[in-house]
Amino acid sequence: MPAELVANVVIAGVLTGLVYGLMALGLSVIFGVVRVVNFAHGEMMTIAMYATTMLFAAHKVDPFVAVLPVAALFFVFGYALQKGFINPFITRPEHSQFMLLVAVAIIMVNALLMIFGPDARNVQVDYQLESFEIGKILIDKARLYAAGAAVLTAAALFVFFKKTLTGKAIRACADNYLGAKVVGLNVKHLYALTFGLGSICVAVAGCAMVLLVDVTPGLGPYYTLLAFVIVIVGGLGSMGGALLGGVLIGVSEALAGLFIVPSAKSMFSFGLLILVLLLRPQGLLGKKQT
Amino acid sequence: MTRAAVLLVVLVALLALLPWFVGAYALSVATLILYFAYTGQAWNVMMGFAGQLSLGHSLYVGVGAYVAGGIFFHWGIGPWAGLWLAIALCVLLGLVIGFLAFRFGISGVYFALLTIAFAEFTRIGFDHLGWTGGPGGMFLKVAQRDTWDIASFRGPPLMYYYSMLALAAGAFAVCHLLLRSKAGYYWQAIRENEDAAQALGINTFRWKMLAVAISAGMTAIAGVFFAFYYNNLFPEQIFNISRSIEIILGPIIGGLGTLFGPILGAAVLTLLSDGITELLIHFGWEIPGIKQVFYGVVLLAVVMFLPHGIWPALARRLRV
Repeated sequence: MPAELVANVVIAGVLTGLVYGLMALGLSVIFGVVRVVNFAHGEMMTIAMYATTMLFAAHKVDPFVAVLPVAALFFVFGYALQKGFINPFITRPEHSQFMLLVAVAIIMVNALLMIFGPDARNVQVDYQLESFEIGKILIDKARLYAAGAAVLTAAALFVFFKKTLTGKAIRACADNYLGAKVVGLNVKHLYALTFGLGSICVAVAGCAMVLLVDVTPGLGPYYTLLAFVIVIVGGLGSMGGALLGGVLIGVSEALAGLFIVPSAKSMFSFGLLILVLLLRPQGLLGKKQT
Repeated sequence: MTRAAVLLVVLVALLALLPWFVGAYALSVATLILYFAYTGQAWNVMMGFAGQLSLGHSLYVGVGAYVAGGIFFHWGIGPWAGLWLAIALCVLLGLVIGFLAFRFGISGVYFALLTIAFAEFTRIGFDHLGWTGGPGGMFLKVAQRDTWDIASFRGPPLMYYYSMLALAAGAFAVCHLLLRSKAGYYWQAIRENEDAAQALGINTFRWKMLAVAISAGMTAIAGVFFAFYYNNLFPEQIFNISRSIEIILGPIIGGLGTLFGPILGAAVLTLLSDGITELLIHFGWEIPGIKQVFYGVVLLAVVMFLPHGIWPALARRLRV
């Protein structure tokens, strides 16, 4: 097998993996702060993808422009979802939270099926067929831009959590729920804010992903599982871990597709997940559980 | 006799007489309810009794179905031999997963995700195995439907109904005994507070392993039933995570850790699903997906307003 081909596939895997990573980052941030596993994560991702295809079909809006209104809408939606539905469930047992989000996911997938039908949709922009050439290496333009958007969003979120007062307050809630309440932080508001920020990650990842794959309602559960795999591999609650996990899964999927059969690609992801859970349950970059 | 025992006897008697009063369609719905009551009961041993959340029970249904179905399909070995092989294999599988998880101290959400990972791993693996027929599926020879052929588990729908009734009643009895045995009390201690249970000298590892083994073995039987009732098996369907969710919805909606919960939950959810279908046909709203949207909304309402499930609320009313 020629080396350029392998290199091309690995690069494509890394770039797709960064978009996966951003999606998983949303899940990780929400879990890290709210301690709720968002079982409707992939379904939210497909909603963002459909929103982008709709804006494109109606007004030829480029996905990288559509990302602004979609992300804003997702922030509001995420905030409301946390405030209205999930906040009352924070003190309930895990299986109860799980049921709540499964119900939300069922509604989302099937509402998409009702509205858009089962057929695949996509967007077609000029730069999807173009690529940068560096020697014998080809890099798809769309994939590179998508990965760029993912990295930018992740970086912005990172700066927000490190530098701003609100970001620090959210981290305080994550570190010590009771302590945060004692010093007078509005924990419920901050939780809702966090869910909104996690939703923005999903929205941006969705807008970028539309350039790379066709969207169907059935993609939702697949992305939910993918996001779980990535955050567990990278470390649930770790921001860098989510991106690293995304890249690892992206590359392993791409290589499995090249060397074995494409349909077996997620077997490697789940194999990796099982190994990580057994050997390093906190994930590659996760902190040890206490 | 207590009120609960009276209720149970009346319920079993009514279900045994049911085929004389209803048609073929209602009988198939009743079989499905009993199937979910049974699998729910099996899952409840692990989660409701011992507090270990499994989101991958489709693994045991699938492996049970493929083992018994496969040796019948390839070598003509009947389901009674296949049943034991399926149980043995699923117990072993459960023990391996349990051993890996509990030895490495994996619990809660992480344990749940591990069970999903094993089910998904197996699903994709079976999709690429020649022996299972891959994604194209495995088709058992369709049964003659006239006589009860119990040796090869072939017969009319009535036979499947009664075997499922026997299984569901058996599972209820087993769970009733388990819950009042030493193991049952240890499990409940582990469920409520594992550290405290350990401090009292309970070998939590061993008792959690027992819960997984019993739950996996019971679920395997449902898999064998599935194979010989439906006659066709596809990895994509049988191992799908939504199958695992179907199994656990009943006990959670009905009442986690209770004996009547899985039965009540299975009945409510199956009838709800069928009722919504009928209603939508009646109003002429037959858009794909609309049924599941309603189903999701009802689920959401139950989870929000009846956090402990329907049975505990109902039991207070009935004073059982």
